[in-house]
Amino acid sequence: MDVVWFLVLSAFIFVIGAGGVLTRRNPLVVLLCLELMLNAGNLALIAFARMHGDGSGQIFALIVMVIAACEVVIGLGIIVAMYRNRLPIDIDEMSELRG
Amino acid sequence: MSATSFGWLVLVFPVVGLLITSLGWRALPGRSAGWIASAAILGSFLSAIGALVDMQDHPAEERHLVDSAWTYAATADLEVDLAILIDPLSVFMCLVVAGVSFLIHVYSVAYMGGDRGYARYFAYLNLFVFSMLLLVLAANFVLLIVGWAFVGAASYLLISFWYRRGTATAAGIKAFVMNVIGDVGLVIAAFLLLSETGQLDYLGVFEEAPEAFGRNDGTLVAACLLILVGAFAKSAQLPLHTWLPDAMEGPTPVSALIHAATMVTAGVYLIARCFPLFELAPTAADISAVVGTATLLMAASIALVVTDLKRVIAYSTMSQIGYMVLGVSVAAYGAGLFHLMTHAFFKALLFMGAGSVIGAMAGAQDMDRMGGFRKAMPFTFVTFTIGALALAGFPLMSGFFSKDEVLAFTIDRGGGYLVLGIVGYLAAALTAFYAFRMVFRVFFGEPVPEARELERGHVAHGEPMNPATGEPEDTDVGFPGPEHHVAERSGPMKAAMAPLALLAIVGGIVAVPGLTDTLEHFLEPTFEESRFHDTAPTEGAELIGLVIGAIISIASIGVAFLMYMRRRGITLELRDRFTAVHSFLSHKWYFDELYDAGFVRPMATAGSFGRRVVETDFVQGFIVGGSTGIVRAGTSFARAIQTGFLRAYALLLVLGLAGLVLYFLIASS
Amino acid sequence: MWFEQVLFFVAGIGALAGALGVVMLRNPFYSVLALVVHLIALAVLFLLLHAEFLAAGQIVVYAGAVMVLYLFVVAYIGGSDEPLAAEGGPLGVFGPLFAAAVGVELCIAFVASGLKALGTRGAEIGTGFGAPEQIGELLLTKWLVAFETASFLLLVAAVGAVVLARRRRGLEEEGAAPGPRREAPTETLEVRV
Repeated sequence: MDVVWFLVLSAFIFVIGAGGVLTRRNPLVVLLCLELMLNAGNLALIAFARMHGDGSGQIFALIVMVIAACEVVIGLGIIVAMYRNRLPIDIDEMSELRG
Repeated sequence: MSATSFGWLVLVFPVVGLLITSLGWRALPGRSAGWIASAAILGSFLSAIGALVDMQDHPAEERHLVDSAWTYAATADLEVDLAILIDPLSVFMCLVVAGVSFLIHVYSVAYMGGDRGYARYFAYLNLFVFSMLLLVLAANFVLLIVGWAFVGAASYLLISFWYRRGTATAAGIKAFVMNVIGDVGLVIAAFLLLSETGQLDYLGVFEEAPEAFGRNDGTLVAACLLILVGAFAKSAQLPLHTWLPDAMEGPTPVSALIHAATMVTAGVYLIARCFPLFELAPTAADISAVVGTATLLMAASIALVVTDLKRVIAYSTMSQIGYMVLGVSVAAYGAGLFHLMTHAFFKALLFMGAGSVIGAMAGAQDMDRMGGFRKAMPFTFVTFTIGALALAGFPLMSGFFSKDEVLAFTIDRGGGYLVLGIVGYLAAALTAFYAFRMVFRVFFGEPVPEARELERGHVAHGEPMNPATGEPEDTDVGFPGPEHHVAERSGPMKAAMAPLALLAIVGGIVAVPGLTDTLEHFLEPTFEESRFHDTAPTEGAELIGLVIGAIISIASIGVAFLMYMRRRGITLELRDRFTAVHSFLSHKWYFDELYDAGFVRPMATAGSFGRRVVETDFVQGFIVGGSTGIVRAGTSFARAIQTGFLRAYALLLVLGLAGLVLYFLIASS
Repeated sequence: MWFEQVLFFVAGIGALAGALGVVMLRNPFYSVLALVVHLIALAVLFLLLHAEFLAAGQIVVYAGAVMVLYLFVVAYIGGSDEPLAAEGGPLGVFGPLFAAAVGVELCIAFVASGLKALGTRGAEIGTGFGAPEQIGELLLTKWLVAFETASFLLLVAAVGAVVLARRRRGLEEEGAAPGPRREAPTETLEVRV
């Protein structure tokens, strides 16, 4: 397959993830959509690596995976803390930043 | 000392007097402020005589001496100096102004005694005389305008001297505003002359004028008309005359000085000084002659019916200035200036006499309340009658010769001027009539209570009040003092009035037609460039004029005698029969109402419109309120972006991303 | 080769289906499972692009560890069923709209791009491309700093997770069950964009 097909696919996945971030109210699902967007970026990186014949793109995608993992850990930690403090699990309700 | 040094001395003396009286007013005891000021003016007068003597030592062609004190502006094309010009015309004016001013100062020493603003009064008087002398001695238009403006300011200060009187301050403002209109005209005229001739000093402009302008050139006519605007405002001619009767709110010596001898003659002086320009623009000269004659007639007609003593004399001034304006407009410069001199004498005398009568009346000025002062005030009666005779042009009085010389010249010019001359004679009849109307009403008839008191030996006292409106006043600063002075009891007043009476009688001697030619000859160096220099009425014509004038004057006095002495009450019957005419005249031909509706109301409306709409609604509401409203709306909009609403932030992110990618897409295509 | 094309389309459709499932399924548990499907499809795509190590890493790390963590949390929290579109009207409309706009722009950018190489299958590569040896070599030579920084980041994340998960004394009431209070959310949001 031509490289451009992979890129278009990655664009679609990215857009679907963005729509999900804007639309859903449950923070867990929002984090999942974020994962979607990150994965779309990964796909694009690897496609370009294939295009140039350069392995650096794959290294970059590996680092992105690492970062995604860290971010998921912290994000879930926050959500669990929210749950434990009896706050509603709804990002619309979390509009006032309190310490 | 040279003539020009004397000229500077003429100016320096009043300034010194002004400084001493104004700076040391607390320290000057009693009436010393008055004597100091009078001494200053005496110094001026003597210096003017010194200048005269020295000038006459020069041969006739050289009698234009210019001296500059300081170069105000020196550019490549133009040099403006603070310079004075000593020539026959300016020396003549200086002598008249300084001499009559000195006598009025002496009169005021007694008249203003007891007034709380005594020193201030003399400071203002000295300032005024200084300004007038500066105006007369100026050698270029710049200094002329400076003196012109100072005279206007000093006259404002003097008219509203009793500043706590509402009518006085209103009159002062009215005079000042009309004077400023004249100032504007004069300044623009100076600009026009500068732009065409490139000069500002008299000698330069008058030399350049024939080359720079053709005959009746548009710009020259415009400049001359603007000069006339200035002259008419200062001399209270139509249409800028309405300030003069109101200016009678000032103390009587002020009226004598300003409105008889000096300020109102500044316009006549100006026209005479600029005679080369007027001769090159006959249109302007003709307009001037017509306006002078119209004022002459109008003022004489109003003087027939007004009852305030000072205002009769004020209208008489307006009328006589009309004669002078007519004289200098028909190129009878000597005649016009001669009348200026004699008028200064007898008009100042009349005002002084009126001041004495008003003192006897404890401040009241209404002729309806006066009568029969002949026995109580003999000195005043004699001097006042002398003044009235001179005003009426009684044969052999000074006014007789001067007035008839003007009219003789006018008629001699022929053509349309004949009409003006006839109108002049008609007005002379009216003049004689109203002059003796005053005499008969005030001094003859049944003595009023104030007169009876005076016969018994004490001056009447009344409650201090505004003579025009009857409002009560007090006698503190800003209002007239508690004392009332009468000439019979006051040395200085008699000392001032006597010389004037003498001059009013014999003053005509300098220009008796056929016999003496002194004045004409004296003024010749100034006016010899005139086109009309050698045109004069023949002796026969002049004598006929004198005879006609004498007949008119005696006849009018006789009519007045009949109406006021023999058939008393006939004037009241006439007033009741011709109510429309009487009301037209006593409302001063409705000029005040006309100006009020035409100028004052629209300006007031415009002002209130400006305040309501432009200031309040537009500037404060729209501009100020609008700009703050915009800022407030903007900030509240910006505030709404920061909600803490996560999904909104995300939306903005996506929006930004979309915009960015779009930009790159477009940029790369 | 037709095999690759078929595989591409199958994996692509699987990825898209998984993505749509994540966004549109109401139960968060199901969303997680949809993401897992998506990740596996993506791993197949990676294989097609000669990124074997990364495909393996995706399955093992991402789908294996991260998603399992997610599942634990979802099970703990519960995740209520909620309506898909937000009650705030504008965002429910404009969100997908602008996202779609971005998608269109990106597609235009890719398809109409001037890069000639996009239209090909890629550069010539050797057999070692995407193999662990190459990845390891690049990590330890060319991209050493990135490698070390990423490991540091992992350490920080681990510490952060421990801190977040700590129970603080005195902040919790005895015997009260965790979770949001049962009363209806108060009207605290007056200002919405």
